Amino acid sequence: MNDEYNLRGKVAIVGVGETTYYKHGQSPDPEFVLVLKAILAACEDAGISPKEIDGFCSYSNDRNDPPRLANALGIPELRYSNMQWTSGGGGAAAAVQNAAGAVVAGSANVVVAYRGLAQGQFGRFGRSGGSRPVSGPAAYTLPYGMMSAAQMYAMRTTRFMHEHGVGRGAMRAIAMACYHHAQNNPRAVMQGKTLDAETYDSSRWITEPYRLFDCCLENDGAAAMIVTRTDRAKDLAKAPALVLAAQQSGGHRSGATAENATDYVTSSFKPAVKHLYEQAGIGPTDIDVVQSYENFTGGVVMSLIEHGLCTYENADEVLTFDNLRADGGNLPLNTSGGNLAECYMHGLGLQIEAVRQVRGESCNQVDDVKVALANAGPMVAVASTALYGTEEVVG
Amino acid sequence: MSRSTDEVHLPGLRQPAAANDGLDTPFWEGTRAHELRVQRCKECELHQWGPEWMCHACNSMELEWVAVEPVGNIYSWQRPHHPVHRALSERGPYIIVLVELPHADNIRMVGNLLGDPLQEVEIGTPVSVVFEDRDGDPDFTLVQWEVT
Repeated sequence: MNDEYNLRGKVAIVGVGETTYYKHGQSPDPEFVLVLKAILAACEDAGISPKEIDGFCSYSNDRNDPPRLANALGIPELRYSNMQWTSGGGGAAAAVQNAAGAVVAGSANVVVAYRGLAQGQFGRFGRSGGSRPVSGPAAYTLPYGMMSAAQMYAMRTTRFMHEHGVGRGAMRAIAMACYHHAQNNPRAVMQGKTLDAETYDSSRWITEPYRLFDCCLENDGAAAMIVTRTDRAKDLAKAPALVLAAQQSGGHRSGATAENATDYVTSSFKPAVKHLYEQAGIGPTDIDVVQSYENFTGGVVMSLIEHGLCTYENADEVLTFDNLRADGGNLPLNTSGGNLAECYMHGLGLQIEAVRQVRGESCNQVDDVKVALANAGPMVAVASTALYGTEEVVG
Repeated sequence: MSRSTDEVHLPGLRQPAAANDGLDTPFWEGTRAHELRVQRCKECELHQWGPEWMCHACNSMELEWVAVEPVGNIYSWQRPHHPVHRALSERGPYIIVLVELPHADNIRMVGNLLGDPLQEVEIGTPVSVVFEDRDGDPDFTLVQWEVT
């Protein structure tokens, strides 16, 4: 790489942590406490003092703002804070990207990327209530009964299946792979609950074309990742997972209201992927394991295609349960159980799982991982995607 | 090309209101008059939806509201079964369609497809507007669709 204006290997994830993951509404702790606990867990994992944190990055209008976190943690200097805006958890990789950028720029030395959710305290994503009039963009959808996340992202999948003639078998395989991987993951909310093809096929419709098992969970908890300079990482507790590249991904009018995005049949990753691979200096064939954000399985199919991991033509053949398994598959997917079966922590859990795979610490470890992909968002106005790798990849 | 109905399709959901910045007031006034009014740029004549303060093509801020023919083709659809709002809890499935308006630069609009909620829906099917007048505070009119 001649162009040095990239992240490639300059920054590392040195610590990851999360709270216990709860079913929605079941956290005994307030959301702010969950975030503090996750940050402490990530610091402990890194072998770094929380007092060294000097920056915070989050997304999706996380309610737990950096000044309050800095006060609670008693950090001496708050040098950097950042919020990435999009819908859903599309900013999970963007929070890492922003943290990495801050470190490279010298804006801060130890930045935490974090997300906390307590739906009992603040209300559920999957329910909509109220009787007051609604105005603005929501007025073009909500009075017609289109208000939940599943409803916001169903029609892209309908159109995708129509245009490309693929989807249902791949969607089923993705859901089954997530549940399969959750069985080995003690953090997973769905550990102990298996999913076979018959159960998937007979599950109730949430909104056609999405069945129950096509949809992410709703959970309470928090997760955090510690981002710092790669040279600093050498003194810390764990082998670093280097950030090879991270990109945000919004296309032409991808945020247009009332479903008017110019490119409608997309996971939203097309703008980013070229930059992602160029900056990392690798291609899709170099990826050993994939964490692909499942808000809904249809979006994952599009994400994998747009990341170059399969094509519109061969998606049904590539995206099979056997192929997506960590134990023997060629395209191991969502090896923690992901948003469908580990926890819906707005996708930060998928970023963390990519780090664990690079470290060799996953509960469904893939052999000899050098490069892991973790994306966030699909089908949202702005998605984000990141590549993590071992020091060997950068050389 | 359009008709009106007094039949309330999904009662109990939140009613629409014009935004307090005035951006889409002409749209909601238009539905009351049983006209489908959308934005068109005075400079480059591009239609756009949803409304914005600027033409996304030429960046002119001179936008007008024009009535377009209230017809289109089904671009995509979904059939919600799971009730996410208490007003839907005993109702059963309904159909949401995304309708493309080819005569208005392929802008798309969201509404319900009226008729049998279990009907087969096919992308590309021509549909026409049904203006659904509702009592409210204030009264309002939704833009629904039925197979032409």
